[in-house]
This record gives sequence, structure tokens and C-alpha cells, in this order.
Amino acid sequence: MKGAHMSSTNSFTTTDPVPGPRRGPDPTAFLDVRDLRIHFPTDDGLVKAVDGISFTLERGRTLGIVGESGSGKSVTSLGILGLHQREHARVGGEVWLDGEELISASPERVRQLRGQRMAMIFQDPLTAMHPYFTVGAQIVEAYRVHHRVSKAVARKRAVDLLGRVGIPQPAKRVDDYPHQFSGGMRQRAMIAMALVNNPDLLIADEPTTALDVTVQAQILDLIRDLQEEFGSAVLMITHDLGVVAELADDILVMYGGRCVEEGSAQTLFRRPEHPYAWGLLGSMPRVDRENRDRLIPIKGTPPSLINLPSGCAFHPRCPYQGRDGIPCRTEVPSLAQGSDHGVACHIAPAERRRIFAEDIAPAL
Amino acid sequence: MAPAGGRPMDVINYILRRVLTSVVLMIIISMVTFGVFFMVPKLAGTNPAELYVGKQATPADVAATARKLGLDQPVTVQYARFVKGLVAGRDFDDGPNKTHCDAPCFGYSFRNDRPVWPLLLDRLPVTISLAIGAAIIWLIGGVLAGVISALRRGGALDRTVMVLALAGVSLPIYFTGLLAQLVFVHTLHWLPGGEYVNFADDPAGWAGKLFLGWVTLALLYAATYARLTRAQMLETVGEDYIRTARAKGLRERTVIAKHVMRSVLTPIVTIFGLDIGSLLGGAILTESVFGLPGIGRLSIDAVNTKDLPVVLGVTLFGALFIVLANFIVDLLYAVIDPRVRLG
Amino acid sequence: MSTTTSTERAAARPATDDLLQVTGLEKHFPITRGAFIRRTVGAVRAVDGIDFTVRSGETLGLVGESGCGKSTTGRLISRLLEPTGGKVVFEGRDISHLSNREMRPLRREVQMIFQDPYSSLNPRHTVGTIVGAPFRVQDIPTSQGVKRAVQDLLKLVGLNPEHYNRYPHEFSGGQRQRIGIARALALRPKLIVADEPVSALDVSIQAQVVNLLGDLQRELNLTYVFIAHDLSVVKHISDRVAVMYLGKIVEVAPRDALYATPMHPYTLALLSAVPVPDPDRRDRAQRERILLTGDVPSPIDPPSGCRFRTRCWKARELCEREVPPLRELATGHVVACHFPVEEAERTPGGRAAAQQAAASVPPATTTPV
Ligand SMILES: Nc1ncnc2c1ncn2[C@@H]1O[C@H](COP(=O)(O)OP(=O)(O)OP(=O)(O)O)[C@@H](O)[C@H]1O
Ligand SMILES: Nc1ncnc2c1ncn2[C@@H]1O[C@H](COP(=O)(O)OP(=O)(O)OP(=O)(O)O)[C@@H](O)[C@H]1O
Ligand code: SF4
Ligand code: SF4
Ligand SMILES: [Mg+2]
Ligand SMILES: [Mg+2]
Repeated sequence: MKGAHMSSTNSFTTTDPVPGPRRGPDPTAFLDVRDLRIHFPTDDGLVKAVDGISFTLERGRTLGIVGESGSGKSVTSLGILGLHQREHARVGGEVWLDGEELISASPERVRQLRGQRMAMIFQDPLTAMHPYFTVGAQIVEAYRVHHRVSKAVARKRAVDLLGRVGIPQPAKRVDDYPHQFSGGMRQRAMIAMALVNNPDLLIADEPTTALDVTVQAQILDLIRDLQEEFGSAVLMITHDLGVVAELADDILVMYGGRCVEEGSAQTLFRRPEHPYAWGLLGSMPRVDRENRDRLIPIKGTPPSLINLPSGCAFHPRCPYQGRDGIPCRTEVPSLAQGSDHGVACHIAPAERRRIFAEDIAPAL
Repeated sequence: MAPAGGRPMDVINYILRRVLTSVVLMIIISMVTFGVFFMVPKLAGTNPAELYVGKQATPADVAATARKLGLDQPVTVQYARFVKGLVAGRDFDDGPNKTHCDAPCFGYSFRNDRPVWPLLLDRLPVTISLAIGAAIIWLIGGVLAGVISALRRGGALDRTVMVLALAGVSLPIYFTGLLAQLVFVHTLHWLPGGEYVNFADDPAGWAGKLFLGWVTLALLYAATYARLTRAQMLETVGEDYIRTARAKGLRERTVIAKHVMRSVLTPIVTIFGLDIGSLLGGAILTESVFGLPGIGRLSIDAVNTKDLPVVLGVTLFGALFIVLANFIVDLLYAVIDPRVRLG
Repeated sequence: MSTTTSTERAAARPATDDLLQVTGLEKHFPITRGAFIRRTVGAVRAVDGIDFTVRSGETLGLVGESGCGKSTTGRLISRLLEPTGGKVVFEGRDISHLSNREMRPLRREVQMIFQDPYSSLNPRHTVGTIVGAPFRVQDIPTSQGVKRAVQDLLKLVGLNPEHYNRYPHEFSGGQRQRIGIARALALRPKLIVADEPVSALDVSIQAQVVNLLGDLQRELNLTYVFIAHDLSVVKHISDRVAVMYLGKIVEVAPRDALYATPMHPYTLALLSAVPVPDPDRRDRAQRERILLTGDVPSPIDPPSGCRFRTRCWKARELCEREVPPLRELATGHVVACHFPVEEAERTPGGRAAAQQAAASVPPATTTPV
């Protein structure tokens, strides 16, 4: 909060041996995240929650970010919104939103964009709404931060949106408190709140994890419809591969704060090439397939973000580690940008495709 | 704003239930205190009537007084009469002369034969002046200090406030009080000494006389409030809904002043109500140290002189305030926290 | 083993392989009002008359919406709760109203695993103490001491025996769940009631635990009642599946039959809502998804007749009047519905039609017909 330190703690002090690629501004991409790094200094050491993530996202498209708990998904999304407290987090890299860079922008500017051009839906709709204010008041507030309108006008807008997201009798329910809504209704209200300013970028962090399948299907449907209607870019964060398969055009797989594979949804489900992605698919029981005898879990436990394993962070759990003398323990594999499919693994591309086709796919 | 599910019938029902609870609570308290006060002289081996008329009185006098006051009756009868006196007034009859004691009748002081109730009423303004004045100071000071130290967590200001708060709760009031009195009244002569004066007669003198009491008392409570506010703020700031408020693009100022404070104030209001309630029953130490003739002072004097009816009156009076405060806090809570079910 | 306690329903089946028989089971939680004089003003009918059996060595999956009474059922059959009505018969013995003391020897036979692996483990106790507690509580003699027995258990669930002196916070979610499982296994139970044992875990860890449960079942001939809301996990692990809706069981069937030919409209809707991890099929999946309108009605005041009728697109007048009984419509496939789903409705076209119909069901407060 000390003004003098603000800008210096804001820009990331490069101590990392492998600074990511820096490209010039790319005027075509609506959201362009470049080499985003978010580190938390803690008593135990530096938590490298996000360690060089890059991706782009266009209006009208949906990018799914998947990865296990603690892989840095939420930290990434909060970083884009500029919601990390500057005293606690070191944020580096670039986030370009419609040609404007946000990491180096003033906090006041980012605040103006937040809620207006980029909005967020959080995981747990019960804890994410203020228990002491009515649902309507919370939506009205979100609208009036960015629009100079009377309370009455804003309220009308809130009722409209509640109706739009499928709350029955919105004019009556607008004065209810969050606890008077069911889980599904609360999540709808959260969505109404996020959409009240017609944001161009909607970030949904596990929007259906707390809900049951029937309600989940409704919410995913709603997000899809609204995206079609408003043409927003959607960033969908989840650990549920079924949910990304439903919604995403492109998918980014995170492991230990880094991106290990990215590509179109089709590619990632049809021809995944990273051993971690294989592990995810193998772990997942499916309703739409014949039953397998056993699931194929990923052995071991998620990595510590303070002492990330050297080289490829996945190596302690990877069955292909060190095969044919590849330097898994010593060299961080870079995310090789192919045509539309990036994979961070030392195994040669042809060999990866062969392993998948011969060993992995038949077992899935 | 009506409590959640606020149909008028529900609200009335809720209030009625709370009133009933409070009344029952008062009855139980009065029974227990009465029981205790009935037992105390017995255990000490003295006859209460003896206390009343004095050591030199003849046994006949004592017996007469006992009869007049009904002290020769069983405890249940005495209690029934006492309650009747509270509700409807009561007559004391020893044959030749009858005295009527208006409701609410707590009986007569052993010491000066005056009815207890007017005695209490007499002292009440002093206690109220002290409590309200101190409350305003500690509420504003304590909450402000808590907020500031939470916002500057870990900083020098935070640590200073928290050390002061620790000192505030741990230093005994007769120490701080007497020290302040010595410095500001007797040495520096910044504040007047002498007797308490009524607000109506001399506002400046009133404030001057109460000032040190306010500050000392406020210091004690402010410390607790500062710590509570700070802890509550730090907890609230981490809540998901505060992150949501920020994600809306609210200014940090609004996030703190509106969203965080709304949650922080709820428990503060609760303990504030209860603290005021118990203070209105008399701040014994503060009133004694600063020579303020309030209810606390009355009670300590009554205890020293074994003036049982007054002690009983003061106790019940204090209990009444606490129960009342509880009742108000309960109602307020339903208004403040929409999640409190009217169940 | 006395057979006099077994019911007619149970008698209709060969009773020999039924480990657990549940008939007319009810649990009503009273709602009380008043501070001093408590009076009951109503009841949450969390479980409201359910029948099912669990066969020895099988896994029965229990699925349904949040709040439909799955956990309550689990706690009733492991007798952590006493039923308000109906019967729980374990190995031919009616255990519905046994006292705590009478239940004690039976606790060895029925164990429960809970959802949250962390909050169900005392953070101040070591793994050794936690897993060894059942031995001490039940005073079971162990051949080579409690420590050895615990270490064997840890090995069995895939933990390192050296973890004996560690504390729960030193373990990952999956490992904590393994500790919970080791504790449940300590007394060699016959039946394990697992209440959402993998819901809180990551997919990769979830797979480890699911595999472990399968392995243990084969090795130790365990019987599971597996409660979950994830239909894919249930499909993977169960032999038979029971579907609950608002305190009632609406369908029970062998696993493959249930997933291939669901007969209750609710089951059909539930299955259609499961997201399919296959981007190529998502358009089709969406076209055929039956979205239920309105929220779940309250278990305090459930609808008359069929409880699903306020959201059912097939509801007719009869559904409001009469509670549909559980009927066996195919071998081992029982359904409580007056107008069960027909083959045509399971085709893509039929589902699309159902989707349309379901979307036009008025909100839950009004009665269709
Ligand atoms: N303020 C913070 N200070 C220190 N470490 C943090 C902070 N916020 C997050 N982390 C750490 O960063 C890592 C990534 O967290 P993040 O919340 O992004 O995970 P996630 O991928 O969203 O997981 P989940 O699926 O469980 O939500 C975690 O290990 C977490 O402990
Ligand atoms: N101790 C209790 N007192 C009162 N009501 C209860 C109690 N326990 C459960 N209930 C109610 O009984 C109903 C069924 O609860 P239960 O926990 O069995 O549902 P569930 O199917 O396990 O749901 P979930 O999937 O959310 O775990 C709910 O309406 C719940 O609120
Ligand atoms: S780089 Fe090596 S360790 Fe990493 S995923 Fe590829 S093969 Fe496995
Ligand atoms: S009984 Fe009627 S309302 Fe109930 S599920 Fe069957 S068709 Fe629908
Ligand atoms: Mg997260
Ligand atoms: Mg449950």
C-alpha cells in the first residue's frame, strides 16, 4: 500500500534462468497472455504458482484450462483480473486485453476494466456472494460501479438479467438473500452479476464443481447460450475433462504452474501427446464407453510448487522419464509450437504419436 | 429491513417469543438472587432484622421489625411478597403504623430507611452518563484502531496498536484510574476535582468530572474491541465474497467500507449491546476510583454496610439491564443477519 | 441365524446371498420450534420408505440429486442413525433398533468411509493411532501387536508402513483417503458404506482410490454400498445401481441395464446430463440433453403421488393421485413409475422430444395435469 513501492513490486524481477519468449504486440488476439508468472513469497519459500503461461483467446471462443488441484489455474485467472494483492504476489509477464497491457497498467485502470470488460464467475456460489446483501443489491452494485444510472434503472437491469439466466419470477426473487436461493439459483445469480455489464471476457473458475449433474448441465447450457448471444470470450477453468469437452474450443493443460500441452479440443481428446494428458484421460471413468477393468491412475502425488522437480516437473510421476536417454531430469522441455498443437515433452513428436496410438489409445 | 422470511406474523411471533424468554429469565434470576440473600444472613448466623434495627436494639424491637418486614415468614412466602411488591407495591404493617411502598418495591434500605427504588433511580443518571460517554469513545476508538491495524497488518502501526490493546486489557483500572487522577486532577489541575454535578446544572463541570472515567473505562473496552475488529477484519478480507466484490471493479475503499465492515460490525454490535447492558448495572471500580455516585458505588457501599435490600435491588437492577440488552441484541441480530432464521 | 425376522419381500428372493435387506426404511428429522417448550412442527422426510437389498460381495451404487437422502441412507444402514420406521436386516438379524451396546460387536462388520478425508481424521493423532483405534476400542487381540497389524493395513492400502508415526496433514488428499480406508478395514468388515469417498479428490488421485477399492473387494470379498453423485465413477465401480429421488428409491437395476435402458424418467434425465468427455459428440449430447426445469421440491412437504411429477414431462393425472410402487419390469430391474420410459424414448429422436417436453414443464410450485 506504500505508493512508492507499487510499481517496483508490480513488475516481475527476473531471477528465473529461462525467461519466456517475448513477442511484439499481436493486434489480432483479443486476450493475449504472455509468459505470465505469479510467485508468492511465503515463510516456507517462494511458491511459483504460475511459472510462464502463454495463450491467446478470441471473442466468441472458449478456452478450457485443465489440470489437477494446485496446478495454478485459479491463480492464473485472478492474475488476469489483477486481483492478486501486490504485497503478497509477484506478478510478471504481459496480459493484453484488446490491445491494452494490464500488468503494467495502473491499478486504477485495471479496476475500471474489471467487472466491466472482464468478469468472473467463482466456484462456490454460496461463499462467493455476500451473505448480508440481497442478490439484487449485489447485482445493482456491480452495474452501478461502471454505469452512472439511478438505482431504479440498475434494479430493472438486475431483474432483466435474473430473468435472462432463468430465475423464475425475477421481480420477486431480486430481493431475496443468497441463502434463500438454491445452489443452482445462486450460481445463476452469480452469472447474472458477471454479465450485467456485458463483459467481453468471461472467466469461469470451476463454475459447476459445487453443483450436481442436472444443475451442472443447466449452467453449462446457460453459459453457452449467453456466449452465443453476447459473443464474449470465455475462459473456462476446471479439473473436469467432461466439462471442458462440453464447452471448450481450445484446451490448455497445466501441470505444476506451467503449460504442458495446448491445442484444439478435438486434438487434445483425439491425439493427446503429453504423458500427463494421457494420465488424465486414463484416470477418468466414462459413462459413454464400455467399462474398463481398471482405471489407469497417474502414480505419485502432485508436485510441491516450492521445490518443483527439476527439468520436466512431471518426471517423478512419468513412466517415460529418461527413456532413450532424454534429459527429463535436467532440462525443462519447452512448449514446442507445432501447427496448432503445443507439447512440452522431450520425447520426439513421432515417437509420442506412436506411443499414444499403440499403447495408450487401446487402453482408453 | 425486516428479518429474513419477514412476514409480519413471523416477526411478531419472534418478538413475543424473545419477550417471553426474557421474562422467564428474569424470574429465574430473581428467585436465585432472593434465595441467596435469604440464605446469607442465616449462614452468617445473624437475623436480618437485627441488621435493620441496629446492634443496640432490644430483642422485642428486633422481633417487631421482623414481623413488620415479614422476616419471620418462610422463604417462599417472603419471595411471593417480594414479587408482589415489585409488581403491585406492598404495605408494611406492624399494627400501629402502616407504610406503603409503591411498585416497584424493593423494600427499604437498612441504613437510612429510604425505599430502595428511588435510591436506584437517583444514582442511575450518573451511571448512564458514565456508560454512554465511555461507550461512544471505545466504540469509535476501538473499531477504528482495529480497522487501521488490520489494514496495516504486520506494520509498525499494527504492532503499536496491538501492544496498546494488550496493555489496555491487562492494566487494572484502579492503577490507570488513580494514576490519571493524580496527574490530570491533582498535579496538572487540568480537570476539576470535587463532587459530581448534574448535566443540567453545569454541562462543563459534568463532562470535566466524568472525563477521566470515560477515558479509563473506554481504554479497557476499546482494547477488546480493537482486537476483535482486527481479527474479524482479517478473517473477512479472506472471504470469497470479498474477492467477488473486488472482481466487480469496486474501489478498494468501497470494498472495505461496505462489504468488509458489514460483516465485521455484526459481532461487534452483539458484544457492544451486552457490554452496555452490564455497564448500566454499575461500573463498580470506575465509579469508586473517580468518586462518581452511580449505581456501582451504591452497590459497593451497600455491601460494605451489609445493607441487604439495597444489594438485592442493585443486583436485580443490573440483571434486568443485561437481560434487556440480550433481548435487544437478539432482535437487532435478526435485523442485521438475514440468515438468522426466525425459528 | 434366525430366519423369522426376514420379511416376505426378502423371502421372495433367495435370502442366502443377501447381506443386507432394507424394507420400508424411513428417517424423518423433526423440525422443532420454541426455546423452552419444544414442539414438533414438521419433519424433514430425508428417507421416506425405501426397499433394497445388498448381496454379499457386490457393490451397490447409490446415486441421486444433492439432498435426496443418500447420506442419510448410508448412516441408517451402518446404524449411525436410528430409523424412524422400517427395517434394516443385516445377515438375517434385524438391527434397526439395536442399542449402542448391542451394536458394538456389529460395528466390526459394517464400516463407513466419509467424503472429506481430512475432516474425518483427527489432526492431532498419528496415523498409527487413527488406524489402530478400532483395535483398541473393540479390544481385538492381534497376533503380533497393534503396531504390526496397523502396518500391515497401511501396506494393504498402498501406504508406506513407515508412515505409522506421521500426522494426517503430512499427506495428500488421496493418501488421507487411504488412511480412512485403512481405518475402515481394520476390523475386517463385511460391508463398507462409502459416502462420496472420491468426490473431493482430483481425477488422478480418484483413480488410485477407485482401483484400490476394487482390489480390496476382490482380495477380501468385501461388499460395498457406494454413494456418489458422479455417475461415471458409479458406473465404473458398481454391479448394481439404485437411483434416489427426494427420499425414495425410484429405480434399481444391474449396472449395464441401468445405463443402457433407464426406465424411470428421472434416471433418463440424470444420465443425459452427464457431460461426455468427447468434443466430437457434444452437439449430439446437447441436443438430447433433458434439462429439468424448476428446483427440487422440499422433503418437508413432498408432492403427492409420484414425487417426481412436478418436474416430469410424462406426468399425468394418475401420477398425482397414486404413489407408483416399485415394480420389477425386467430381471432385477425395478422401477417406481406409472409410465416407464419406452424404447422409442431412448433413441436420439425420443430424447430430443423429451428435452422439448421437459423444458415446458411449468415451475415446481405448480401442479402439472
Ligand atoms: N496467496 C497465496 N500465497 C501462497 N500460495 C498461494 C497463494 N494463492 C495460491 N497459492 C498456491 O498456488 C498454488 C496454485 O493454486 P491455485 O488456486 O491456482 O490452484 P488450482 O489449480 O486452482 O487448484 P484447484 O483445482 O484446487 O482450485 C497452490 O499450491 C496454492 O497453495
Ligand atoms: N440431522 C439432520 N437434521 C435435519 N435434517 C437433516 C439432517 N440430516 C440431513 N437432513 C436433511 O435430509 C435431507 C437428505 O440429506 P442427505 O444428507 O441424506 O442428502 P444427500 O443425498 O446425502 O445429499 P448430498 O449429495 O448433498 O450429500 C436433506 O434435505 C437434509 O437437509
Ligand atoms: S519430458 Fe520426460 S518426464 Fe516430462 S513428460 Fe516427457 S517423457 Fe515424461
Ligand atoms: S410416475 Fe408419472 S410423474 Fe412419476 S416419473 Fe412416472 S410418469 Fe413421471
Ligand atoms: Mg482453483
Ligand atoms: Mg451426502
